[in-house]
Amino acid sequence: MTVPVHLRQDETFVLNLGPQHPATHGVLRVKLTMDGEYVVKAEPVLGYIHRMHEKMAEEGTFVQFFPNTARMDYLHALAFNHGWALVVEKAAGIEVPERAEYIRVITVELNRIASHLLWWAAFLLDLGGFTPLLYAFDDREKIIDLLERITGSRLTYSYMRFGGVYNDIDDEFIAGTRDFIKRLRGRMPRLYHDLVTHNIILIKRIKDIGLVSAEQCRRYGATGPVARGSGINYDIRKNEPYSVYPEFDFEVPVFNEGDSMARYMVRMHEMEQSMRIIEQALDKLPGGPVMGKAPKVLKPEAGYYYSAVETARGSLGHRLVCDGGKNPYKLKLRSPTFCNLSLFGEVAEGMLLADALAFMGSLDLVIPEIDR
Amino acid sequence: MLEKTLVALVELFPEPASAAAPAGEGTQEAPLREAGVVATGFAKHGSHLDVLCRPDQVVAVAQIMDREGYFLEAISGVDWLDMQQFEILYDYNRLGGEHCRVLVRTRVPRREPVVPTVSHVFPAADWHERETFDFYGVQFQDHPNLIRILLPEDADFHPLRKDFKP
Repeated sequence: MTVPVHLRQDETFVLNLGPQHPATHGVLRVKLTMDGEYVVKAEPVLGYIHRMHEKMAEEGTFVQFFPNTARMDYLHALAFNHGWALVVEKAAGIEVPERAEYIRVITVELNRIASHLLWWAAFLLDLGGFTPLLYAFDDREKIIDLLERITGSRLTYSYMRFGGVYNDIDDEFIAGTRDFIKRLRGRMPRLYHDLVTHNIILIKRIKDIGLVSAEQCRRYGATGPVARGSGINYDIRKNEPYSVYPEFDFEVPVFNEGDSMARYMVRMHEMEQSMRIIEQALDKLPGGPVMGKAPKVLKPEAGYYYSAVETARGSLGHRLVCDGGKNPYKLKLRSPTFCNLSLFGEVAEGMLLADALAFMGSLDLVIPEIDR
Repeated sequence: MLEKTLVALVELFPEPASAAAPAGEGTQEAPLREAGVVATGFAKHGSHLDVLCRPDQVVAVAQIMDREGYFLEAISGVDWLDMQQFEILYDYNRLGGEHCRVLVRTRVPRREPVVPTVSHVFPAADWHERETFDFYGVQFQDHPNLIRILLPEDADFHPLRKDFKP
């Protein structure tokens, strides 16, 4: 528990957390004004891995931006692929065959599980537990192998195309995915929940720590597991259905506590829901082509377009402005962790440094996606 | 929700806006429509309402959106070089409940790009406005900390301006 303390200005000092620090998982720097062990002010300093993806989008054609999408959120790259495909398909009026949308959903959800597994591993590593990382990477490796077979890459996928996907899935992938789900379901209760979730050391570290209110989420525009851990039932897959998500029966896990434990529980439950979606998609998988008809040179009608998808970290929005040319006139990427991190300063105020780090871990930051 | 928001926003604009915006309105070829609120096709454009306002109205719009329970999703800039204007886009959305997305747009002259800040209404705007300042050089009046966010602090250029050459 964080005990309220009286802070005196003259006793504070500045502590630089990062940009090279193992707990920030990348090049994030936080300028912390400290009073002893307590954080007086936390100010994230961004931009250490800024690559100006938005300018690259304007310089190239629509299809040339695909490889860039995978290099922002490298943990849930397929959702970024999907978001970019959806906004351009919307603007250019391209139809996607049903089988392709099913395959998109299956791969995106597999990737979501991989992302949550890696978050779980890294978060516990932050808290000082090394063993869980080995279990999570063991399972994640299975997903990466499955995706590698059909997408051709292990991390930075450029699997989707306007009008479909680049490669069809085969029986071996389907069988492998079913085996993986069976395996993860079998391992989840003992290796994940008995060992970690119900572990008193973990509970003491993250329960009632890093309280984020629903109102704070709204004021700062936080989405994804951060909002759902604060009692906000908001998931783009349900609230603003896209692709073939309405075809599936799944739940949106919501926890009201608003602490780091709630965000932890949201992600653990989401993995189960993603497995449910994949199973249903495999059962219902329609036949047919995986690539629709799309013109070689895209020239969407001039105008303003917006499309959002739910990534592992929250709502990813593409604000696209077209002027009728073959390049995007303007593309703004509304990345989820950029907004989720912006509430860090307000929430971390008055926390113990060790708690602030645990809270930061529970936000699930991916720095290249913040800096774009 | 859509109607309620529409009614609240229309009060800002005494003159009713033209019923439908022409395709590609606001780009180099087609002229800008009059200020006001129009409904846009969500299926095609991804937003339910399109609000075009004067720069001095963005705070009033933000206050209405705050009162109606919206959150600020993003702020982006657009450089319309041929018209010598910057356009600032505000995307509003709702966290659950009935779904409604609102796009708010305003235009400022390129040589004097000044817009009032909405960061006192939505703290989310703080970083988004800093980013727009970083990339376009748009000045957000009364912003508490308008410094570069993603580019190095000693950068002397705004890379998303259309006339920027690296």
